[in-house]
Amino acid sequence: MVTIHIDNQSYQVEAGANLLQACLSLGLDLPYFCWHPALGAVGACRQCAVKQFKDENDSRGRIVMACLTPAQEGLRISIADPEAHAFRAGVIEFLMENHPHDCPVCDEGGECHLQDMTVMTGHVHRRYRFAKRTFRNQYLGPFLNHEMNRCITCYRCVRFYRDYAGGRDLNAMASHNHVYFGRIEDGVLENEFSGNLAEVCPTGVFTDKTFKAHYTRKWDLQTAPSICVHCGVGCNTLPGERYGTLRRIQNRYHHEVNGYFLCDRGRYGHGFVNSEKRLRQPLLRTEGSETVAPVSPTEALAHLAALCAGPTVIGIGSPRASVEANFALQKLVGPERFFNGMSASDAGLTRLILDILTRRPVRSPSLHDMEQADAVLVLGEDVTNTAPRIALSLRQAVRRAALEIAGARHVPLWHDGAVRDAAQSAKSPLFVATHSATRLDDVAAETWHAAPDDLARLGFAVAHVLNPDAPEVPGLDAETAALAGRIALSLSAAGRPLVVSGTGCGSPAVIRAAANVAMALGRTGQPAELCLVAPECNSFGAALLGGEGIDAALLALERGEAETAIVLENDLYRRADRAAIDRALQAAKHLVVIDHLGHATAAQAELVLPAATFAESSGTLVSSEGRAQRFFKVFAGNGEARESWRWLEEAQRAAGRGNGFDGLDDVIAACAAAHPKLQGIAHAAPSAKFRLLGEKIPRQPHRYSGRTAMLGGINPDWSVAILPLPHTTPHGLQPVADRSPLGRAGEGRGEGVPLIDTSAKGNVPHPNPSPARGRGANERPQINIHEQKPPNDPDTPLAFSMEGYGGAAPAALIPVYWAPSWNSVQALNRFQDEVGGPLRGGDPGVRLIEPGADWIWFSEIPAAFQRRADEWLIVPLYHIFGSEELSPQAPAVAERCPRPYLAMNPADADALGLKAGDQADLRLPEGALRLPVELRGDIAPGMAGLPAGLEGTAGIGLPGWGKIDRETRP
Amino acid sequence: MNAILNSLRTMGLIFLHAFRKRATILYPEKKPYIPPRWRGRIVLTRDPDGGERCVACYLCAVACPVDCIALQATEDGQGRRYPEFFRINFSRCIFCGYCEEACPTYAIQLTPDFEMCEYDRRALVYEKEDLLIAGPGKHPGYNFYRVAGLAIAGKDKGEAENEAPPVDVRGLMP
Repeated sequence: MVTIHIDNQSYQVEAGANLLQACLSLGLDLPYFCWHPALGAVGACRQCAVKQFKDENDSRGRIVMACLTPAQEGLRISIADPEAHAFRAGVIEFLMENHPHDCPVCDEGGECHLQDMTVMTGHVHRRYRFAKRTFRNQYLGPFLNHEMNRCITCYRCVRFYRDYAGGRDLNAMASHNHVYFGRIEDGVLENEFSGNLAEVCPTGVFTDKTFKAHYTRKWDLQTAPSICVHCGVGCNTLPGERYGTLRRIQNRYHHEVNGYFLCDRGRYGHGFVNSEKRLRQPLLRTEGSETVAPVSPTEALAHLAALCAGPTVIGIGSPRASVEANFALQKLVGPERFFNGMSASDAGLTRLILDILTRRPVRSPSLHDMEQADAVLVLGEDVTNTAPRIALSLRQAVRRAALEIAGARHVPLWHDGAVRDAAQSAKSPLFVATHSATRLDDVAAETWHAAPDDLARLGFAVAHVLNPDAPEVPGLDAETAALAGRIALSLSAAGRPLVVSGTGCGSPAVIRAAANVAMALGRTGQPAELCLVAPECNSFGAALLGGEGIDAALLALERGEAETAIVLENDLYRRADRAAIDRALQAAKHLVVIDHLGHATAAQAELVLPAATFAESSGTLVSSEGRAQRFFKVFAGNGEARESWRWLEEAQRAAGRGNGFDGLDDVIAACAAAHPKLQGIAHAAPSAKFRLLGEKIPRQPHRYSGRTAMLGGINPDWSVAILPLPHTTPHGLQPVADRSPLGRAGEGRGEGVPLIDTSAKGNVPHPNPSPARGRGANERPQINIHEQKPPNDPDTPLAFSMEGYGGAAPAALIPVYWAPSWNSVQALNRFQDEVGGPLRGGDPGVRLIEPGADWIWFSEIPAAFQRRADEWLIVPLYHIFGSEELSPQAPAVAERCPRPYLAMNPADADALGLKAGDQADLRLPEGALRLPVELRGDIAPGMAGLPAGLEGTAGIGLPGWGKIDRETRP
Repeated sequence: MNAILNSLRTMGLIFLHAFRKRATILYPEKKPYIPPRWRGRIVLTRDPDGGERCVACYLCAVACPVDCIALQATEDGQGRRYPEFFRINFSRCIFCGYCEEACPTYAIQLTPDFEMCEYDRRALVYEKEDLLIAGPGKHPGYNFYRVAGLAIAGKDKGEAENEAPPVDVRGLMP
């Protein structure tokens, strides 16, 4: 620690720290643009100017950029110095020369860093009288809107997109005041993290396009802390709601997990919450009827209670439902009749992973830990498409070598430009061994594409080289042995090696091999880090509750061992063979489905109960790090949808054997008591009883508007507020004031006059034309203008209100990032003790999984992959957009989803006489598919790739053997 | 004696008042003069060329101290923003005029009309159709989109006031 003097006040800061970061950490207001805690400093914008003095006698000083100045003992600066202040005001004035007069129609308005900084420097009047420079915008795909006129050339976008996220198709072009940030031509931004540009851009050049479609200002959004449900990483998110629909998702900072960035699936996949496929009413199929009819919740619960009283009820849980929902189901049916709802393969793999992570001496790293790794082996997992945020962290891990070089030359690590100059293209070793090419291959030291069994053999071989105690791979070919040697050399030389694998290639051997490598690395020191990617957001939570996979449940139904099945937030058809499910559901007497989306399983159900999505319920999810994290209700929800555990508890109450679950905390307490491994979930976030100065924490910002008018015209039906209103003049009031000097005179009450003045010059048609005649007051829909009581929330310490404790909330409960004079996302600085560090009071969540000490090598080494004469090994190819169940329900994500195809090695295709684009017949045990062929050199001969989880390919057990033929004309 | 004279004088003065000009008027038969800047019934105005002025920026709503304005922004296909619905609950409105002050496009204006009585409180909830008038109100010449950088139908990039034509990013000239 060193002492620095800012405006004659002494402060203690870290030696060598970035001065701007130090000032912000101290809570001082110093404007900046180009610096970003995760991107470092380049000194591009000249906005953070301060005056530096030699000593206390120096009265002249010199202006320096705080973001490029390291904090040294005795450093003496002034932020308030008039010259420094004038310099900053001048910079803003220059930046604003060309900034358009757009704030009212700009999506960034109200949460704009440029607005904040302009106000902070005191610039109010544009003195420059010449023309403003303009640009044409580009189409950048369904996620981002481009409005280049607003650019202040801080270079943050390209520094994030190219330097941090590894994108290639966004660049800075042209020169001087023509600098243009965009693509070479219009087109979809390719990078999986492009959505972060909306948050990284300090002004409105890049804004969220899906949000624009139903735009709401930040101050009008009701927000609550949440967790992403679209993969197993468990990124923290901040969803925002207005008028009963979910409007957008923004990143919620978590130092250990997602930091400042989300992937595009997490940011844009939330559209399923507003989907037309949402179930909003309990539906009951009367005996012998083909159709279902809406019933009241009471009737539905009575029916469910009657079914539960029947002889054998099994419960099929879900890895995408919360721990609490799964536990309530387990409680209802009993542990021995509870199935965790995963496919047979996923259930086995997840159990294996949990076994490894809890009993073997390997540690599951957080994303932040992964970024510190200086050598990485990725074995069999296409992380960019299965757990995208991990790929972004691995890209940072690759930069460790660059940071080391810079460190050796005494370049401060936050000095991004200098670090990149010093290190050039130096990269830490990243080895990617997968069954097909991945998006990380461009930064990999070596890539290897082979069949899952061969990947496993490579892993076992690496482990054996690292530690001769590990079992040797019999019959290893020279090429693989050499590669294993090189990988082992790099990993053993590293100070903090990391192994990444997961359920992606569906092979237990690959996971065991990865575990062997990690154990071989950890022998001498601490447990080595092994990241095993879970397939879904709560795979670990569901698995920790115990229970078999879905195959066992289907078997029980088919054999008649169970009569009634309760399926919780799960579409069975995505998890097993269609025929097997059909057989089981035929055999089942009663099928109850509790879910939020209508799907094939729900269509067969006798009783459907509408569940609340993550945005309308609170609960706990266990990420693939083993971290239990709480998500909170963002809004109360519409229709009869309610938390799954509430339905189950109410059904049990209707049957007279309730568990006494009145709130979420009761479920959590019971769950923690019943499952010692899940004991930690109670500490994932403060309980519902938590109060600050006796008050709850408000979900609505203090500027929340429209409170007394938003309900005014809203029907009890949830959707009315966002549908176009009837174009009427309901009062019969004349819309034109007849006595005022305003507008044109109308004729008299009760008549209504044309609202569009067609005689006006230009005659621009009104975008939302209203008909000429109004309706009478008695025709107005029945409305209630009384302000309603905000919904009660017994489950959390957050309130559906703008009233409550306005100060700093604990990290797990922060509903919005805002601080006086900091309206943009950068207000986050005010919630961290040290900018870029953990949130004040510690990052939320509890790690449930810690390393064990069972030093037992896995020795089940598979034989090398042998191609078959007339069959191909069909491996799953994952797609960030499409392979997951819920996100394709969002229209923007659906636009990016691929159509099913068959990827083959060109040589194999040639042998079959197939060319790219030809239709091929793929015959699998599950059935036949006709697919267009794509030629992919990265798929080994004897294998073929099929996109996983798409409509048409979901439910197929991959990898598996299949026959491929040329299209046979029927 | 003095007291009697005083009383008579007072009566006389009062009697003289009968011939003075009346301060009261016979409302509602006779309408009072209301100054143009009176803060009465709120209207939404139009551009000089007839387009809706409101760009749904939500500033009136957030400025409103009684939270009686609710709206939802939407956009026509060509970049022009407008409110999908715009609602003022006049049973809550206190006619403070903050909305007018906050409005960056002169769309929302208060007018010299105070006669808004209703027998049914629900009739005091005005929708956009009730609020929109045909003219530009107090600021006849102003058109927000003529000064904004956004391209809309009929106004491309570089065609707004004080704007240079769009930069040719592929040009090599300095």
